[in-house]
Amino acid sequence: MAERWAPGGDLLETVGLVKHFGGLIATDQVSLSVRAGELHAVIGPNGAGKTTLVAELAGELAPDGGTIRFAGEDITRLKAARRAHRGLARSFQITSIFREFSALDNVALAVQARAGHSFRFWRRAQRDERLQAPARALLADMGLGARGDVPAANLSHGEKRALEIAMALAARPRLLLLDEPMAGMGPEDSARMVEYLKRLKGSVAILLVEHDMDAVFALADRITVLVYGRVIATGTPAEIRADESVRRAYLGAGEEA
Amino acid sequence: MKFSPQAAAILLGLALLALVPVFSALAGESFYVDLFTRILIFAIAAMSLDLILGYGGMVSFGHAAYLGIGSYAVGILDHYGVDNGFLQFALAIGASAAVALFIGAVSLRTSGVYFIMITLAFTQMIYFLGVSLNTFGGDDGMNIAHNSDFAGLIDLGNATALYYFVLGFLILFLVLGYRLVDSRFGMAIRGAKSNERRMIAIGFPTYRYKLAAFVIAGAVCGVAGALLANQSLFMSPAIMHWSRSGEIMVMVLLGGTGTLFGPVVGAVVLLALENTLSGYTEHWQAILGPILVLVVLFARQGLFGLVERRAAHGAGRG
Amino acid sequence: MLFVIEQGLNGVQFGVMLFLMAAGLTLVFGIMNMINLAHGSLYMIGAYVAAYAFGATGSYLLSIAVALLAALLVGVAIEIVVFRALYRRDHLDQVLATFGLILFFNEIVRMIWGATALYATIPGFLAGQTEVLPGLPYPTYRLAIIAVGLGVALLLYYVVAKTRLGMLIRAGASNREMVGALGVNIAFLYTLVFGLGAVLAALSGLMAGPIFTVESGMGDSVLILAFVVIVIGGIGSIRGAFVASLLVGVVDTMGRVFLRSILAAFMARSAADNAGPALASMLIYILMAAVLFFRPQGLFPPRGR
Repeated sequence: MAERWAPGGDLLETVGLVKHFGGLIATDQVSLSVRAGELHAVIGPNGAGKTTLVAELAGELAPDGGTIRFAGEDITRLKAARRAHRGLARSFQITSIFREFSALDNVALAVQARAGHSFRFWRRAQRDERLQAPARALLADMGLGARGDVPAANLSHGEKRALEIAMALAARPRLLLLDEPMAGMGPEDSARMVEYLKRLKGSVAILLVEHDMDAVFALADRITVLVYGRVIATGTPAEIRADESVRRAYLGAGEEA
Repeated sequence: MKFSPQAAAILLGLALLALVPVFSALAGESFYVDLFTRILIFAIAAMSLDLILGYGGMVSFGHAAYLGIGSYAVGILDHYGVDNGFLQFALAIGASAAVALFIGAVSLRTSGVYFIMITLAFTQMIYFLGVSLNTFGGDDGMNIAHNSDFAGLIDLGNATALYYFVLGFLILFLVLGYRLVDSRFGMAIRGAKSNERRMIAIGFPTYRYKLAAFVIAGAVCGVAGALLANQSLFMSPAIMHWSRSGEIMVMVLLGGTGTLFGPVVGAVVLLALENTLSGYTEHWQAILGPILVLVVLFARQGLFGLVERRAAHGAGRG
Repeated sequence: MLFVIEQGLNGVQFGVMLFLMAAGLTLVFGIMNMINLAHGSLYMIGAYVAAYAFGATGSYLLSIAVALLAALLVGVAIEIVVFRALYRRDHLDQVLATFGLILFFNEIVRMIWGATALYATIPGFLAGQTEVLPGLPYPTYRLAIIAVGLGVALLLYYVVAKTRLGMLIRAGASNREMVGALGVNIAFLYTLVFGLGAVLAALSGLMAGPIFTVESGMGDSVLILAFVVIVIGGIGSIRGAFVASLLVGVVDTMGRVFLRSILAAFMARSAADNAGPALASMLIYILMAAVLFFRPQGLFPPRGR
């Protein structure tokens, strides 16, 4: 069945996604969707299966059941590396960068990934403007313009998280899977990241997994709440804030988000 | 042209190597030319291993197999009357590349210790294959009657000519190697070593690049094998024993993994050390063993790695 | 038919010897994530010390005790001096460092006992043959090896499955950090596990002495086979090591004996004479490749991996 994807429709859609590890059900019939240009947040208590979900969407983990559609195409069995080429990029909850390379080389490598094949054996990658120029621009966008030559391992935590995003954006994705981008960040860095994501909104769809409720309610167009691998509510921030089951399960009665 | 400390060290090293026949003639001892020819051959083998091990993070315990394939290519052709160097070397490269393609294709589906074990297993298989080739001496190996003939352009029977022939290949591979590791391909395999998970996430199908590197390394080592056949005029399965693979790894370590010239330094140091120590005592391995352990524990970056470390300190690019 | 059974028994005998090596190896790798190439050296030390002690004192029991003790001491010594620094390192470093240990130990035994092989005798009470089945006499010594091997396997099973130490071992194989977090003295556990492995390796070596030659480097080929066994069996699994070592032992032995004849059935005699032994040597590796192709984690991967 070739479903035509219409712009403005669902860019990403999961239907009945299931994943279990032995007796533990990590993803329990999860159906959600992300529209083009939308920022859709996924929240839930620890152990809710958020990172497992991201891994399934990214292609790192094969679901046991259900389907994932991206831009109308069934990508459930598509390998992770190919998803990046389709326009689906991700950042990692625990920073996953190339520590030995400079920040610029990190992003340049991500740019290189999208630039066709890498069976080029002679020309120096670091002198290739087709890689370096976009990389420099991405770093500058994330506020890392001056830090290009620093070995990635030596960046501050906030800078590393920003580099994470820069690398994901290098692929010029249509959908960004952000797994707790603000993990471990102090208030200043977090605020900066929120501002950045606000600017990014609209030009790329974002599935944001986050614990930081301030950020979530400031940014999200829609929110899905995941508890024990199951979706217990999906809706606008206002709807979610008012939802009884969400309050009970997660926010806690009386807590102002 | 800017000279980094590494480049200066490399040029100095190459210059000294180029002068070995001169020193040897002055000392009146042709032995040194033979020794250093052998050293340079192993240096090429070690360099090829460094490509996949130091830059690509693939711990292949089976690299000595290609030394064997290369030398048997020359030896077998010579046995059947073909001493045309171009053909022999072409076969050495082709056969090594083909075998590397097969071994790599299977092994690279695994990682970690499984990868190490599978590469070890394949080397053992090739070793046993060599042992079983009774037509070519089996276990004992066999002499090779003639040197490779390159249309009469060079007399590889002449020790000095052979030395510079080998040195020429070393320099060629060094240059090609340095371009390769900085190219897009090089960045791809270095990225795979650094963080394969991220490489896949950003869209690199890492398997094909690692396989290509594996094949290239095998082919280069095959050339080293063909050169070895010319130096020793002997082919034997002993060169494919897994302990030889271990020795080549030691050279890479001693010199410095991930530096390309480091393995050259490592080959010089290890073989020269072996040569000197065995002059003092037949039990030199009892000294070499602990030295190896100490280097791994305390001087992991290796000798040339010290130069690299000092040069790259503080800078991000390089 | 009796010949086949006899070869089968030889295969089992070889298998249990491999098991003793593999058990220690798989424990060390499974719990400490450490590749130890020097395991073969402990096998060699066991063989050398036992052969020498038996020759010098005439007491078989004493020679066993001395050999096991020597291996334990050497094992603990290298664990403390070398391994503790290596646990945190990557596999390449471990391979290189333990390769250095192999060189060292291979040379040390040459220094102490010379380059020629040592002669290991079978003690009187184990010499001769026993009638295993009517019409099938089998060397008593080999039967003893099988008995000891199976006995140790049962003992290990009991320890791993039923005791607290065994629980720690199983837990450590699945989740190292957790065991540390539980407040267990990890350093001591590691030394204990490694010491156990060393003793098992030495036991295998001393039993092998009379059958194979006691010479420098004897542990190296056994080591590779032991690694093949644990890869087939599943790293960290003793049960896997047991099954895989018997499998490898039988396949290898039967292969060497029968392959040439099987091949001669459909190729020229001379070709079979060449191909038979070559293929027989390669058989184990082909088996390993095949297992890994279908089950990349081995036959019995410990849960949690």
